[in-house]
Parts: sequence; C-alpha cells; structure tokens
Amino acid sequence: MNKIYDMPDASGHFGTYGGRFVAETLVEALDELAAMYEKHRLDPQFLAEFAHDLKHYVGRPSPIYHAERISKHMGGAQIYLKREDLNHTGAHKVNNCIGQALLAKRMGKPRVIAETGAGQHGVATATVAARMGLECVVYMGSEDVKRQSPNVFRMKLLGATVVPVESGSKTLKDALNEAMRDWVTNVENTFYIIGTVAGPHPYPMMVRDFQAVIGIEAKQQMQEMLGRQPDVVLACVGGGSNAMGIFYPYIDVPNVRLIGVEAGGFGLETGKHAAPLTAHSPAGVLHGNRTRLMQDAGGQIIETHSISAGLDYPGVGPEHAWLQDINRAEYVAINDDEAMAAFHTLCRMEGIIPALESSHALAHAMKIAPTMSKDAVLLVNLSGRGDKDINTVAKLSGITL
Amino acid sequence: MSRIQSTFATLKSQNKKALIPYITAGDPYPELTVPLMHGLVEAGADILELGVPFSDPMADGPVIQRASERALAYHVSLTDVLNLVAEFRKTNQTTPVVLMGYANPIEAMGAERFAKLAQAAGVDGALTVDYPPEECQEFVALLKKHQLDPVFLLSPTSNTARIEAIIKSASGFIYYVSLKGVTGASHLDIADVGSKVGHIRTMTDLPIGVGFGVRDAATAKAVAAVADAVVVGSRTVQEIESSTPAEVVTKVKQLMQTLRAAIDSV
Repeated sequence: MNKIYDMPDASGHFGTYGGRFVAETLVEALDELAAMYEKHRLDPQFLAEFAHDLKHYVGRPSPIYHAERISKHMGGAQIYLKREDLNHTGAHKVNNCIGQALLAKRMGKPRVIAETGAGQHGVATATVAARMGLECVVYMGSEDVKRQSPNVFRMKLLGATVVPVESGSKTLKDALNEAMRDWVTNVENTFYIIGTVAGPHPYPMMVRDFQAVIGIEAKQQMQEMLGRQPDVVLACVGGGSNAMGIFYPYIDVPNVRLIGVEAGGFGLETGKHAAPLTAHSPAGVLHGNRTRLMQDAGGQIIETHSISAGLDYPGVGPEHAWLQDINRAEYVAINDDEAMAAFHTLCRMEGIIPALESSHALAHAMKIAPTMSKDAVLLVNLSGRGDKDINTVAKLSGITL
Repeated sequence: MSRIQSTFATLKSQNKKALIPYITAGDPYPELTVPLMHGLVEAGADILELGVPFSDPMADGPVIQRASERALAYHVSLTDVLNLVAEFRKTNQTTPVVLMGYANPIEAMGAERFAKLAQAAGVDGALTVDYPPEECQEFVALLKKHQLDPVFLLSPTSNTARIEAIIKSASGFIYYVSLKGVTGASHLDIADVGSKVGHIRTMTDLPIGVGFGVRDAATAKAVAAVADAVVVGSRTVQEIESSTPAEVVTKVKQLMQTLRAAIDSV
C-alpha cells in the first residue's frame, strides 16, 4: 500500500496545484528550462559539480545541534537545530542558487535576475553570480529595502544591481511581478533564479530538489547522532523552500510528523498575517502557479503582514498546498510576538542569533515541546541567521543602535 | 455568426482593418468607463478590449499597472466590469467587447458563473493572459458553451507546434504580441512582425490582431499593413492618464480618430 511519493506529474501539477500559468512569451523559455533541468538532474557530472560547490563553497554539510539548554528550559521534547544559518551567505537560499546558476552557465545565459524579500535570496544570487562572473539584477520591494538594509548593502558589495520596486504593496510579491516582467523582456540572455518553491513549472520541483540536500543530510545525521529519525520536523513557510528542502526526503518516512510554520503576523483573527494554509485561504492563480492565496472575495490579492520580510507573501509553494490536502504535512501559524520571543530565547540561551523567519519554526517547537515526553525529538530547520534583522529587532525593542 | 466574426467580415468586405483600443474598466474612475467606451466607438473603434483590474498584473508595463491601481482604488471588481458592459450594451448592440485580464478574478467568481454572467452582460470574448491553453481547456469549453470567444496571445517566441495548439483552442481572433516584453514597451520591428504574421496566416483563417508597441499613427499604419487588426493599449491608457476627467473622453476620441485615419490610409 505504500506508494512512493512521486510529485509533480509531467506537466508540473501537484494534484490541482502547481502547473504553468504564464503569458505566452515565457512558455518557450520554461520549456527550454524544463528540458535542460530534466537533462541534468540525474546527470552524475552535474550532480558532482553541485555537490562539490556545496561542500567547498557553501561549507556543507551543515551541522545538527542539540539545543540542550532550551530543551531543558521547556521541560519536554529535545530540540535539535539543522544549522542552515552556518552556510556561506547565512541561509539555506544559497543551495538553490548554486544549482540554478550552474544551469544558467550550461544554458549560456550571461545575466541572472532574482526577486528577494528578506534579501537572503538576493544576497545568495549576487554571491553566486559574482563567483561565476554573471551579471546580476535583484528586484526587491521598496518596503523590504528599508527593513533589510544590511542585505541591500551586501548585494551592492557583491556587484549586483538592486532595483527597489514601488508597485503594489512594495514587498516580495511585487518584486516577483517585476522580475517576471524583466524576464519576459530579456528572456533570450537572462536566467531567472526564483528563490522559492513557487512559480511556473519546473521551478517548484527544481528548487525543491536543490534544497533537498537539507533533508538528505538531516536523515543521515539524525541516524548517526541518535540512531533514529526525529518525531517531528519543523520549518517556517513563506514560499516554503527551506521547508520543502527538509520535508521532501522525509515524506516517505513513516511516523515523522512534518509541521510547516506560517507567519501569523498580528494574529489570524486580525486578517493581518501571511498564513494562507493555516487560514484555509482559497486556491487561485498567481505568479505562474495555482496555489492557496490570500485574496478578497473578488480574487484580488490582499496585502499581507509579517514581522519577517521573508515570510511576507500571500501565496505558498504549490507542493505545500498539496501536502496539506493529503494530510502529509500540518500547517500552523506563529504570531510576530511569539517569533520575537523565540528569537531572544535562542540568542540568550544558546548563543545563536536566528533569522526572524526561522524564529517562527523555533517558536512552534518551543510551544509543543512541553507537551511531549523528554525522549521525543523535534528537528527545527534553522534556515538562516539573524544579522540582517538587527535593525527590525532593535526598533521593536525600543533600542537605538 | 458572433459579433466578433461579423465585425471582421464587414471590415473585410470594406477592405478595412480593425482598430481595437484597450482601456481598463474603472480607469480613471468607474462612471467614466461607459462614456469612454461609447466615445471610442464614435471615434472609429471596431472592437473594444476592456481590462479587468488585477492587483498583480505581471504581464503589464507601468502604464497599464497604474490604470489597474486607479481602478482598484475604487474597488472595481469583475462583477462591476460585467455590469459596465451590460450598461454599454443598452445603447450599443453591435460593437464586440473582449475582456482582458488575469485568471484569478475569474477563478474567484467561478469559471462557469463567469461565462454565464459574461454572456448575459453582452461580452463577446475573453483573453486571460495567464491561462495558456494547456491549463484552461475546461474554461475554453465553458466560454464556447456560452457563445464567448476565447482569445489567445501568440508571441515571437511561439514555435509552430505551439501556434497549432493555440489556434485549436482559439476563436474570434488571434492576438499576436509584437515583441518580447510587457505591454507598453517601445520597440517594434515591423518586418519581423510581418513575417511572423504571414507564418501564422498559413496556419489559420482566424483574423490576426497585433498589439504591444503601437504608439502613434505611423506604427498603427505599419501594423495595419500586415495585420487584420491593430490593438492599441498603453497609448490609449496614457491618454486617459494625462487628461483631466472633464476632457478625457474628448482627448481619447481625438487619439482614436488619428489612429483610425492612419489605419484607413493603408
């Protein structure tokens, strides 16, 4: 009865989600990309090059760390952290950028573009582009440019052009719109490095596959450390790439609960959040795929809110919508204040400054740990480090830097 | 025969090309949309393309994005757009109206309900930018069931196999996007457009409209020489944007008359 999980289908659908909803001009580019990816995804030489870069440039494997003091403090399950924050550039985003930039190189595209919310994907793209000698343009909502200024500076240091996007809500979704517009215009010489498991096929699958290194390593590391797999794997979900990366290799492992933690913002009841799955938002079409979307009754996308720029997105990767529908993963929301509390706890008790995004996953682990036995194991994907968030945290805590 | 078919048939018998302006419904504000539609027809438009405002118009350049934002400031919904078409139909039963927009407002309404209400309102066709044929066969069937023409885009990057697939789903007319990029971009290579339109013509009898990049009388005339219809979007919206509410209908009519004369001089 155990059918091996095998998604998406050939046309990029995860059940009714996913697919390819784009203007005609992009279809050929997506066909070309899908064919290129299909050709390389199992190619030993490509995979060896990818593995080499992950090891020597990114610094993989990232360790798993037992957060003993927090675990003891919570008085229940043991909390382990998959330390993606220790990667070069400070987050999981770089895994995917290396994979896509290697494809861009093979396709002979001299220019890469990216959208970014928190700036982590923008920094990772700029980094990889610098190393490979590719021109790099990063689109970023002007709101996010303000709240993530350290990352904007890093991208500029790395030689990228950062374009602030003034349309719509001036956040991640608008940066994505603008990057799509660039791509449709410059499709011949440009490779669009999408940073999350969303967008038109083959992006959700391709980004997941490049990020799956997180879960593949974790399975091996947990086996070595504990002789068993965790009871629960937790990860924050905006678009959901770090979550798909750690979930995917666990989908077929029985008895491992997968929990995606969305941004509850000011609270689901206020409507000011970024938690389409937890809030059971209806399905719709945006950014090239069908997924669950925060929208009004007329189908207009509504403005979201999260303390964390990287989670401030009205949609979610289509595979997460599918995993929720088939009950393989659960989705919950953590509010701004809960994430902030977890942020401070990790700083003070473990000496690790987490990204505000990752603090959401940690906060939920801290919430459920006390309800579980002391031998239960929670594995949290600590997707990024929090240096980029110091201005936001200082402001919210009333501290002048 | 559908309104779109008979419009093209009549024009063909007169040896004329169609002029298809685009405006966004509700821009600059909802009360002006129906007067603008009538004004466009009086000034020589043959078919109207009416944009359904959307919060995330990914395929549009800044001019049409701003039109969407102006309309959304008045919360113009798909239901409102259909009501505007019904209002227009009270005094005009001959000029085809094609809705142009994105999939999500239609999915939020429900495709079946949309098709039914659009037919009742007097809509003639729908162009849904982010619905390539392989993702919308059910929708196409629903449109056809309600005597609505599904209009599709073809682009410079569409290869022969795709042109074939798209023509199979399309009716009314084909909309050839003259350049790579978003609406309102400036460059247009007329020789290239001519050869691509010629290629599409060998594959279908459907009329072919060309848009994206028609900016003035000269480009309109050049496009009319190779296509069956000239679509003028951003340029029309620009005229709306730069006019005061009191003068907007007059200004847009003047622009249409200029374009009409240019097209008829071919």
